[in-house]
Amino acid sequence: MKTITELKPLEEIMQLLERHHRIHIIGCGTCATMCHTGGKAEVQAMKEKLVAAGKEVTGWMVVPTTCDAITKYALEEEAEAVTAADAILVMTCGFGVQTVAAYSDKPVYPGLDTMFIGWEESPGHFLEICIQCGQCVLGLTTGICPVTRCAKSLLCGPCGGAREGMCEQKPEHDCVWVLIYERLKKSGMLDKLTGFVPPKDYSRMKIPRQAEVALP
Amino acid sequence: MSLRQLIEAKKFVITAEVAPAKGTDTTELLEVAELLRGKIDAVNVTDQQSSVMRLGSLVTSYLLKQKGLEPTLQMTCRDRNRIALQSDLLSAWVLGIENVLALTGDVPLLGDHPQAKSVFDLDSVQLLWVISRLNAGFDMVGNELKGKPDFFPGAVVNPGADTEASFELQIIKMEKKINNGARFFQTQAIYDVDRFARFMKRVEKFNAPVLAGVIPLKSVGMARYMNKNVAGILVPEELIKKMADSKDKTQTGIEIAADLIKQIKGICQGVHLMPIGWEKKVPQILESAGL
Repeated sequence: MKTITELKPLEEIMQLLERHHRIHIIGCGTCATMCHTGGKAEVQAMKEKLVAAGKEVTGWMVVPTTCDAITKYALEEEAEAVTAADAILVMTCGFGVQTVAAYSDKPVYPGLDTMFIGWEESPGHFLEICIQCGQCVLGLTTGICPVTRCAKSLLCGPCGGAREGMCEQKPEHDCVWVLIYERLKKSGMLDKLTGFVPPKDYSRMKIPRQAEVALP
Repeated sequence: MSLRQLIEAKKFVITAEVAPAKGTDTTELLEVAELLRGKIDAVNVTDQQSSVMRLGSLVTSYLLKQKGLEPTLQMTCRDRNRIALQSDLLSAWVLGIENVLALTGDVPLLGDHPQAKSVFDLDSVQLLWVISRLNAGFDMVGNELKGKPDFFPGAVVNPGADTEASFELQIIKMEKKINNGARFFQTQAIYDVDRFARFMKRVEKFNAPVLAGVIPLKSVGMARYMNKNVAGILVPEELIKKMADSKDKTQTGIEIAADLIKQIKGICQGVHLMPIGWEKKVPQILESAGL
């Protein structure tokens, strides 16, 4: 699973930090490093920007996986620099930001916007792949998600907006229904497209979601 | 006769589309209503078309009905969830609206509120299914209704889909719409009659009434714009040249539309005019077409 993030504009970060002078910065060695938004290089660059803007940076670290409980121990090891700070700027996905907040009473601010779960389709180009709808429909299409990749999440086939196989909303995106058609055609299962798909159960997406797992 | 009766009697029907105002001024709408009354069989009222916020289709449909026109309420799934869609359908029936055109709707990104959250709780096929449920006296989860509607549901199809996959997908979806209650179809604008005839041959087995879409050309720029930007529209070079060579482009646009209607007349069960600003010229176009 890869969480795709984007760096917030510096003005917004400075606004978030306006009440605080001494800042500690935390990045993440997993998804945010892969996205070049919260790895070592980006955390160091942020440090320079904050210093240039008159802040004092008490320390920084890149936790291997900030969403993991390991963050608790990382904060303990880094206690001196963290304690000296008025606030923590976390350059990870929202999961990492909240994990840091769970283990620290310091005010925590996000340096990134969490965009989506996706893959790197080509270097530097990320594509959303799953919106975690709670009712997987990949079986209908044998492996391509229309809920995520159709601009209208259509379940009963495409709208009339495709041009040369590309999406009307975002012409740089494939019409996912064309991809689904080609995939099912290859396996001789186009008949899977003819059935009615009943309305989706969006109660499965009501937030905040919880899941109970029976432990072995 | 109502649109339903005309279509069921296999008569050639004429429908046209009007767009509600951006604001509360209904003067022009009511002027158009005066001009169209008696000249067309039903009037489609668009639902925030192109995702541009305007006066609602339900109220506008009602106003037109008060003026003696038979409305076809266009209903998209973009702005309302399943509760609001069903409720608006019940409201429409209570206001005397019988025809509903079920659409998925454009994405908000294309309109004047691109930041809007899009709903798409249902899609067009599922909305048709819901309309059939309401007609049967039940809401979509099976609760019995106290008093039920008897809608005449319609749907759209794009005969000009430009690749094999997109075209086949349109046919598959058209059949799904029929299976879920669509009783008539209105199409994207047709300019290439031969291509449309091939489409009609292909869907002949469905036995579904098809009303061919006609958008009158106003200029060469408009034709080129649609060719470049609107999925499924292909204005042949020959028509573009006719517009370019014309001294009176309005007259030529009317003649081209009238000529298309004449050619289409033998192929399908009706024509659906989308005048896009030329609402008041509809009577002239129909007259030129001999209707």
